[in-house]
Amino acid sequence: MPPAQEKAGPAISLAGLRRDYGDRPALEGVDLELGVGTSLVVLGPNGAGKTTLLRILATLLRPSGGEVSVLGCSLPNEAWKLRGRIGYLGHEPLLYRDLSGRENLRFQARLYGAERAEAEGRIEELLGAVGMERRADERVAELSAGMRQRLSICRCVLHEPELLLLDEPDSNLDAEGRELARELIGPAPGRTRVVVTHDPDRHVPEADKVLRLGIGERAVVS
Amino acid sequence: MTPSRTAFAAILAKDLRSELRTLQSLPAMALFAVTTFVIFRFGLDRTSLSGSLASGVLWATLLFAAVLGINRLFVSEREEGGFDAIRLAPIDRSVLFAAKVAALLVYLGALQLVTVPIFAIFFLDDAAGLGPLVVVLLLTDLGLAATGTLISSMAVNSRARDLLVPLVLLPLSVPLMIAATGATEPLLALGGPSYHRFGTWLMVLGLYDLIFGLVGYAVFDFLLED
Repeated sequence: MPPAQEKAGPAISLAGLRRDYGDRPALEGVDLELGVGTSLVVLGPNGAGKTTLLRILATLLRPSGGEVSVLGCSLPNEAWKLRGRIGYLGHEPLLYRDLSGRENLRFQARLYGAERAEAEGRIEELLGAVGMERRADERVAELSAGMRQRLSICRCVLHEPELLLLDEPDSNLDAEGRELARELIGPAPGRTRVVVTHDPDRHVPEADKVLRLGIGERAVVS
Repeated sequence: MTPSRTAFAAILAKDLRSELRTLQSLPAMALFAVTTFVIFRFGLDRTSLSGSLASGVLWATLLFAAVLGINRLFVSEREEGGFDAIRLAPIDRSVLFAAKVAALLVYLGALQLVTVPIFAIFFLDDAAGLGPLVVVLLLTDLGLAATGTLISSMAVNSRARDLLVPLVLLPLSVPLMIAATGATEPLLALGGPSYHRFGTWLMVLGLYDLIFGLVGYAVFDFLLED
């Protein structure tokens, strides 16, 4: 089970967040507060820094400047306290191609310290939720992109994270897949989510806040 | 935090399962080593080697064969997002270093299990030195695995990975190879094994293992940062 939150307060707090790649700024002066149990949708054109923002929140990238606090932990100094509390769904499925879907999920469960019996139950439950029970023993390399995305969603929520960071969660999913995934990563009471998307029609109506990033422009929260 | 022993076992088992399924490293390493022995056999035009020449042929071949495996050690982590998955998990990142060293040790052990007997058939008149040679192989493998894992983790993000690993690893492994050949030479001496300065070379090997094991453990966390 996830540990209790470090401190009371917002799930995410950003003040003047900046990230540069060499001389090129990818994010400039992003300010934001997101409460626990709410959803944020991040919009913006290609190259606006959406994925960079998500990777900073996931502790996979260091900010170049500004203050970042996630689940009460200040980044980057307290990044280690956040590990295991975040569910991250990125562009890459983070699955080993030569292992089966089930083997990948077992590997993840062991990394997160789950007991074997408990992990098996959770894996079967998730595979059932995304309609992958019968394909779970096939090597990931042999699965379609949509099937990999379903598995990746299982990996993302396997450890029951407190915060979901989702980069284009619908990519490669068919209509059925999107509906099934919604149960696991869609808006729900108490679920804190940050969703990066190019599909505002689908995600903005469900969001509590919207962050618009522009290239060379200040971020706007609405 | 997940106990390090659990995470270590998970990563090691994953690597070994992947290798058993795909056979991407070990067959290439073994084939390279056997082919090199054949080339030495005909190139030197000798059916029997002993002392420093036997020791040099053995270790030069094993070192270059090891480079093939070291090159591929982190490829799945790089290409399939394994680095991110491990960085997100509540584990001590040095566990990844330890697990990769252990995986490489298994590869090197398997390689030597196949190739050292072939070396003995090709070149040795007397196999009496092979028993104590196991100690030299173990200590040298440990040093090679620690250095190789460290270099491989640094090189994997470079497009020139295949070039970078040998360029950095080979100079770093010179002291290791000097000690390994120094310890092996008396074991393969003409007329049977002797133990002249054997203990000294073993201590040098142990010191190398300790230094590079500690350096790898200490810096690996920083190597995984963006």
